[in-house]
Amino acid sequence: MPKSLISIHDFSKEEILHILEIAAEFEKNKSQNILAGKVIACIFFEPSTRTRLSFETASNRLGARVIGFSDTGNTSITKGESLKDTIKMVSNYVDLIVMRHPLEGASRYASEIASVPVVNAGDGANQHPSQTLLDLYSIKQTQGKLNDLKINMVGDLKYGRTVHSLLQAMSHFSPNFVFTSPDELMLPSEYKEWLDGKGIPYTETRQLSDHLNDSDIIYMTRVQQERFTDLMEYEKVKNFYRLEKSMLDNVKPNMKILHPLPRLNEISTDVDDTKYAYFYKQAENGMYVRMAIIAYLLGYK
Amino acid sequence: MENLSEKHLKVSAIKNGTVLDHIPAEQLFRVLDILKLRDCKNQITIGFNLDSKQYGKKGIIKIAEKFFEDDELNYIALIAPKATVNIIKDFVVVEKKLLSIPESVIGAIKCANPVCVTNHEKIQTSFRTTVKDGEVLLKCHFCEKSTSNKEIQIVTNNR
Ligand SMILES: [Zn+2]
Repeated sequence: MPKSLISIHDFSKEEILHILEIAAEFEKNKSQNILAGKVIACIFFEPSTRTRLSFETASNRLGARVIGFSDTGNTSITKGESLKDTIKMVSNYVDLIVMRHPLEGASRYASEIASVPVVNAGDGANQHPSQTLLDLYSIKQTQGKLNDLKINMVGDLKYGRTVHSLLQAMSHFSPNFVFTSPDELMLPSEYKEWLDGKGIPYTETRQLSDHLNDSDIIYMTRVQQERFTDLMEYEKVKNFYRLEKSMLDNVKPNMKILHPLPRLNEISTDVDDTKYAYFYKQAENGMYVRMAIIAYLLGYK
Repeated sequence: MENLSEKHLKVSAIKNGTVLDHIPAEQLFRVLDILKLRDCKNQITIGFNLDSKQYGKKGIIKIAEKFFEDDELNYIALIAPKATVNIIKDFVVVEKKLLSIPESVIGAIKCANPVCVTNHEKIQTSFRTTVKDGEVLLKCHFCEKSTSNKEIQIVTNNR
């Protein structure tokens, strides 16, 4: 079975650091034709324009050609073809598969039946490891290091998969966490117990103002309506936090605001022009990190 | 070797086979499912809602001429950890099996996550078990979500 990237746990600390290193190389030299003659499939069983464009551009900048579909509207999948048959067929055509699927575990399953590496570009609310790696890359880029940082995660800490993956990945680098969330969206106890087991310190608060001024990274998240079964619950929390420029007067000079995008109302647009806003650059970084993931899994870096 | 005295037998004895006793009554049918006994052609006698000092009401299952692998029996530990397993030869208990929580569980139970891929495609489920505060957690190999043994559903052929 070729090496795939399905969950952030699939990469060791060394591999994570290696990916960040090659990504930095790709940022310096954005087009490298090392995958000329290769074909990469981007198969998206649910639409995600942002992620798909990032992977497709990454593939193109490496010189590979891209095939695929952006949703299952006009494919044989709507005619009832099994995931197994689709993956078996596609993996005979291409050198690597990038896959997004609404069902959790679909990418893991695909990686076990495919003859080529699979990159998970999101399986429901489960994992989205390229997002985690680009978050790490952006943290390192803005702080010059990954070790001993205070990371303040804000918003939906209950359902937010980016938060869960990021805190697990950051655990390699002796972080100090702040978890800012409404009571309804607090970090699940399994993650707190996991941090306790690793001896990683954290504090929890409802107030966004509590730890704005002593954090190195403010990691804002969107409250995603689709994760809620109870719409009343969603209405109560959807606009709970709003980060505005006026709140940033006393923050640390090195502080940067990250957000996996798209945002709703949680970051006011007047923040965009401050030196603390980093989310557009963070999205750009996604391309370099995805170039690094693809090149690494295909054995070129 | 203990001889099963007549007065304790509310369910008729078997000559050779396996007796599963001390099953909490509400778990009886799930034990039948986890051992795939719905498809079994052997003679099976079942006692349901029998009085029990330990549980109030218990269940007992006697399967004639059938002897299970330890791996199969250990699946019972997930839903009825205090169940006892006696192997009967010529009406005599020749062996008492100790149940232990299996490290992995393949195919026997459903993932509790409704959006797990295993609930939508023909995929054999696979779990790793951990024990926490007396509760067994089964972590799905695919969706990475944990199911408590208190809420597990058995894969049956009726579905
Ligand atoms: Zn599952």
